[in-house]
Amino acid sequence: MPIEILMPALSPTMEEGNVSKWLKHEGDKVVAGDVIAEIETDKATMEVEAVDEGTLGKILIPAGTEGVKVNTAIAVLLGDGESADDIGKGAAPAKAEAPAEAPKAPAEAPKAPEEKPAPVAAAPKIEIAADPDIPAGTEMVSTTVREALRDAMAEEMRRDPDVFIMGEEVAEYQGAYKITQGLLQEFGERRVVDTPITEHGFAGVGVGAAMAGLKPIVEFMTFNFAMQAMDQIINSAAKTLYMSGGQMGAPIVFRGPNGAAARVAAQHSQDYAAWYSHIPGLKVVMPYTAADAKGLLKAAIRDPNPVIFLENEILYGQSFDVPKLDDFVLPIGKARIHKEGRDVTIISWGIGMTYAVKAEAELRGLGIDVEIIDLRTIRPMDLDAVIASVKKTNRLVVVEEGFPQSSVGDFIANQVSQRAFDHLDAPVITIAGKDVPMPYAANLEKLALPNVGEVVAAVKAVTYRS
Amino acid sequence: MAVAARKASAKSKADAKSSSAPVAPKPAEFSKEQELSAYRGMLLIRRFEEKAGQLYGMGFIGGFCHLYIGQEAVVTGLKMAMIDGDQMITAYRDHGHMLAMELSPRGVMAELTGRRGGLSKGKGGSMHMFSKEKHFYGGHGIVGAQVSLGTGLAFANRYRGNNNVSVTYFGDGAANQGQVYESFNMASLWKLPVIYVIENNRYAMGTSVARSSAETDFSHRGLSFRIPGIQVNGMDVRAVKSAGEMATEWCRAGNGPIILEMQTYRYRGHSMSDPAKYRSKEEVQKMRAEQDPIEQVKARLIDKKWASEDELKAIDKEVRDIVADAAEFAQTDPEPDVSELWTDIVL
Repeated sequence: MPIEILMPALSPTMEEGNVSKWLKHEGDKVVAGDVIAEIETDKATMEVEAVDEGTLGKILIPAGTEGVKVNTAIAVLLGDGESADDIGKGAAPAKAEAPAEAPKAPAEAPKAPEEKPAPVAAAPKIEIAADPDIPAGTEMVSTTVREALRDAMAEEMRRDPDVFIMGEEVAEYQGAYKITQGLLQEFGERRVVDTPITEHGFAGVGVGAAMAGLKPIVEFMTFNFAMQAMDQIINSAAKTLYMSGGQMGAPIVFRGPNGAAARVAAQHSQDYAAWYSHIPGLKVVMPYTAADAKGLLKAAIRDPNPVIFLENEILYGQSFDVPKLDDFVLPIGKARIHKEGRDVTIISWGIGMTYAVKAEAELRGLGIDVEIIDLRTIRPMDLDAVIASVKKTNRLVVVEEGFPQSSVGDFIANQVSQRAFDHLDAPVITIAGKDVPMPYAANLEKLALPNVGEVVAAVKAVTYRS
Repeated sequence: MAVAARKASAKSKADAKSSSAPVAPKPAEFSKEQELSAYRGMLLIRRFEEKAGQLYGMGFIGGFCHLYIGQEAVVTGLKMAMIDGDQMITAYRDHGHMLAMELSPRGVMAELTGRRGGLSKGKGGSMHMFSKEKHFYGGHGIVGAQVSLGTGLAFANRYRGNNNVSVTYFGDGAANQGQVYESFNMASLWKLPVIYVIENNRYAMGTSVARSSAETDFSHRGLSFRIPGIQVNGMDVRAVKSAGEMATEWCRAGNGPIILEMQTYRYRGHSMSDPAKYRSKEEVQKMRAEQDPIEQVKARLIDKKWASEDELKAIDKEVRDIVADAAEFAQTDPEPDVSELWTDIVL
C-alpha cells in the first residue's frame, strides 16, 4: 500500500510551513534517512528525512508552495511492486490525528475553517479601534509580532550605542525563536552576545552592566528559565533605585516568551504576569498586537527602569498592522481600547486577548456589544481606563492564562469593587487558567487553559442572558 | 596565619606563554607617606566600626549590622592599587569599603541610623549603600549576588573599551554560591577585567571554612575556568597593595579575571547579634595580638622613627573627631520625610 508522506510539525507551535525544495524527484529510490525535501517555517529551514524505504511515486505539493498545513500529504512513497497507479486507491489515511499539535486557541478559529490562512491573521475580523497614539492616516504594514520585536531592537540599537542584547542563542543561532534574526550580522558580536546557559549569572551580569550605565536587553529563552534568575531581577534590578535613595538604578529589559506554548507541559508552560506585577520597582509589559509589541519594546528599551517584557510564542507568527513610522514609540502604562462597545467590558492582555477577540465575535452574533480593553501594561496598570470602561458598561469580565489565585484579574476585580462598586450591575468574573500544573496530554492541556466558551458564558452571566 | 604565596594554577602556568601567569608579589616596602596614609585609613575604619557597634547597642542602629573590624587592611591596600574609574562592589559587610572609597563618614553613619542625610536617604540601611560618583556599586544583601553584578561592571568596562577594572569582593561563604561560578565562566570566556577578591575571614557566619568548603584554598576556585588566583596575607596592607597592583595590571593588560584570596580575620561576630560560640576567645586574642593590621603599621612607623607616639596619637584624635562628628550627625539628623516612602521606586 502506498505510504503518504505528511507535512511534519517541526516545533511545538508549528501549524503550517512552506515546501521550499524537493531534493528527491518522482521515480527516485529512497531509503530511511535520506533527505527528501526542505521545509521552511517562519523560524527555520529544516530537512525532511524519509522514514520508510521505497520509490518516490508522486510529489503532491510542489516546491515553492506556501502555507501547507501540518499533516497534509506532500508526497507518496511506493513500496515494492506498487506503481503510481496505486496512488489514491488505498493510501494510508492522510487525515492523521495530529499527534504533534494541540488544538491551540489560535488554530481554533471559530469561523471559516476553509479560509486559506496566509501568514495567519490573528483572529476573526474585527475592526480594531484606532490607537490614539498612532496619527490618523498613517500607512500600515502587515507585520508579524516576531518581526516587530526584531525591528524594535534593531532600531533602538541603531539609535543608542549603549543598547546591546545578551542571552542564550541570540547571536549565531539567530534566536531560539528567531526574534534576534539578523542582529548579529548588523551589530556584531560586541553588541549581540551569546551567553552560556546560566540564567542567574547572566541576569546578574546584565544588571551590573545596567548599573554601570549600559542599556542591556536580556533575552530569556523562555520566562520559565528566568526563575533561576529571580533573585537578580527582584533583589538587584527592581530594588536598587530605592535602596540607593535614587542614585543608581538598572535600565534593563528582560524579555522573552512567557506562558504556555503548546504541549510542553508544566515546567515550560507558565504565565508570570502576576508574579512580576507584584514587585514595586519593575514595569511589566505584555503586548498582544505587533504594533504594541514594537512600540512598547522601543519604549521599554528607552525606559530608565527595569522592564519585564512578556511575549508569547504562539503570537510570534501572527500578523497585525504596524504603523509605518520612523520612530514609533508607545507609552508604557496605557491601556488601549481594542474595540468599543456598550454592554460589557472584557479586559485582557497578551495571549488572553485571543480569547476575548473570538468571544466578542460570537457575542456580537447574539446582539451583545462588547468593549474590549487591551491592558498592554500590567504595571503600572492603567486602572483609570478600566474604571472608565466599567462606568460605561457596568459589567466586567477579565481574561488571562495565568493561575487563578492572586491573579492579575483578582487585583483588577478588587480595584473595581473599591473604585466603581456602585457602577457594577453584576459581580466581576475573572477567567484564568485552571489551578493545576500544565498537563502534557492534548485534551488535558486544552482543559487547563481558558477557552472562548468560558468567556462567552461569563459575558452571558454578567449580562444576565442565559 | 600562614601566608602561602605561590603560583595559582598549573593550568594557567601552562597557558601563559604570552602573559606569564601571575605570581604573588613580595610585599613592597611602603614609603613614610604610604604607611601614614594606610595607618590613618585603617584607623578610620576601626574607630568608625567601634562607634557603630556602640550606637547599635544604644538602639540607634537597627536591623543587621556587620562590622569590618580586623579586615581593614584588605580594602585599604586594594584601594591604594586602584585608579580613578575603577569600580568596587561588595556584600553587606560594607562600611569599610565605603570609607576606603572616600564616601563621607557622616553619610555612612547617618544611613546606619536611618536618617535623611544618609547616603541612601535612610532607605537602604547598613547593607545597601551606593555612590555612582565614587564608583561604589553597593552594598548588597544577598550573598553572592554582587559577584554577578561586579562581573557586569567589568562587562561594561570591556564594552566601552575603557581601562577600568571591577574590584568585586565576596567572602568565603559566598564562594560556595552557584552564581559565582556562572560569573567566573563568563568573565573568563569574555576576558572581563574583574578582580575577584575573596575575603576569607575563616567563618561563613558561624560555619568555619573547613566545615563548609570542599576546597579550602580559595585561590584555586577559578581553576576550572582558567582563572588564576593567589593567596595573600590580608592582614598586611603592603602585601594587599602589591597583590592589588599585580592584579589590576593583569586585568588592564587584557588577560581577563583574576582571584585574590585575602586571608583575613574578623574580630567581631558575624553581625551584632552573634555571640560567636563557634570559635574560642583565645583564637581571637591570638589574631589581635599577633596579626593586627593596624598594629603592624604602627610598629613599623615607630621602628623606623617615621612617627612618634605623640604624632600617632594626634592622628588617632583626628580620626576620633571625624567619627564623633559622624555619630553626632547620625543621631541628630532627622528621619526621612514621610514623602520619601513613595520616591525612588521608578524613574
